[in-house]
Amino acid sequence: MTWILNNLPLLWQRLLEHLTLAAPAIVLSLLLAIPLGWIAYRYRLSRWLLVTLTGLLYAIPSLPLFVVLPLILGTGIRDSINVVAALTLYGLALMVRSVSDALAAVPAVVVDAAQAQGFGAWRRFWQVELPLAIPALTAGLRVVTVSTVSLVTVSGVLGLPSLGLLFTDGFQRGIPEEILAGMVLTVVLALVLDALVALLGRALTPWRRAVKA
Amino acid sequence: MRGAGPCREAFSRRAALGHVTRLVNLWVGVTGALYGGPVIDFQHVSKEYPDGTKAVNNVELHLEKGACTVLVGSSGCGKTTLLRMINRMVDPTKGQVLVNGQDVATADPVKLRRDVGYVMQGSGLLPHRTVLQNIQTVPLLRGEPKDEALRRAKLQMKNVGLDASMGHRYPAQLSGGQQQRVGVARALAADPDILLMDEPFGAVDPLVRAELQAELARLQAELKKTIVFVTHDMDEALALGDRIVVLRAGGEIVQDATPAELVANPANDFVRTFLGMADGRRTLEVRSTPEGQVVTDRFGRPLGVVGQQEKPMEPGLPA
Repeated sequence: MTWILNNLPLLWQRLLEHLTLAAPAIVLSLLLAIPLGWIAYRYRLSRWLLVTLTGLLYAIPSLPLFVVLPLILGTGIRDSINVVAALTLYGLALMVRSVSDALAAVPAVVVDAAQAQGFGAWRRFWQVELPLAIPALTAGLRVVTVSTVSLVTVSGVLGLPSLGLLFTDGFQRGIPEEILAGMVLTVVLALVLDALVALLGRALTPWRRAVKA
Repeated sequence: MRGAGPCREAFSRRAALGHVTRLVNLWVGVTGALYGGPVIDFQHVSKEYPDGTKAVNNVELHLEKGACTVLVGSSGCGKTTLLRMINRMVDPTKGQVLVNGQDVATADPVKLRRDVGYVMQGSGLLPHRTVLQNIQTVPLLRGEPKDEALRRAKLQMKNVGLDASMGHRYPAQLSGGQQQRVGVARALAADPDILLMDEPFGAVDPLVRAELQAELARLQAELKKTIVFVTHDMDEALALGDRIVVLRAGGEIVQDATPAELVANPANDFVRTFLGMADGRRTLEVRSTPEGQVVTDRFGRPLGVVGQQEKPMEPGLPA
């Protein structure tokens, strides 16, 4: 306990570093999954292809991916871009399917009605289909958020600063409190971000809270 | 003078008749274009799906400006398919649909839909938008300024009998009848000449349905839109139609007549059955009872009373 109290600034710093790796990956996987998920939803063959291929990404072990990606991207192995790219790929593995399913779950009657009123395909997507897909998208993004926060810790093995570094450092130096603090903070960060995503999803869908007057 | 010998010969009685007919046709054509005449023209229209199902079969139909034409028939008779061809939600496999003389196949479907009001069954409102936002949809899609769209939306809410306080509610917070009113207001917001209504009152209870029908009749008396109304309910067709087109499975027109003609002279047993004439429901009798004169159906079930004075049948919608 004393170690934790003595190292609060370090823990805070590691938490922020963790967040700067996790947050961009979560946002990027959502942004990239929207067009990919739309293509998967729109064209039957591509759906099979995209959902299977991106799903397979998740089967790649994270450590080798962290090592291989710099060779492809031309970045250094301890470059944070490297980690964000790898985490984005894992996020995509879950989100592409989520987006595709969420769009497919929008009631066909509503899409038809929008078309009949004179919405073109582009406006119909942004103003009708995507907003109505938000509840299902939020559910998918919550899983991605928690999984990304947890996966960031693996980058600690490479020596990249994050909460994961507390595990490796604590293990090498024999400080159980440091390992414990890393675990607890990872879980707390995951829960806080998960709650934020859930709240954001709620804020964006006021019509779901409206009750019969 | 141009009328020399051979010409005079050609000007026989028969030829004169031909000239007159042609002139009359031309006159009808010109006045038709200027003062109404068909605004929606189905020319030998068929719709066949890849599996061979015929939804519409060689339909020839000319709908007059400012009239309410009801397409009636049981499910699978192609009435909704016909309706959706007008705003290109469905494209025919054969034939042409003309709106104001223009083949809709040559029109941009998105623009066309913004010019044609559409009310659908179960309202078809956007669940994530409020009543006011829903009604503003088409004016905004047409690029009208926001304040003008809002002004029109508020006007339409009043027009269809919706309280202004409902403007900020979501569709899920409204009753079925209120949702349909919003649907009608939305279709009217951009002030289209043509209004397509696909079983708009099919999902509400009979009492509200009658109320909405009366409201539509009132609006139509005032607005004189060209309405194409689809229903499977003959009572609704008789209540609202200036003209009723009865369709049967396979998308063929069985009879095309005014409500009075239809009731007086059903074309065949299909129409008679569909009207409810076969079971005696519409064969009315006046019976004297100790309480006074009562109108009954053929089985003696009382339906109403006889009105005070005789009125000539008025064509068109009840006021």
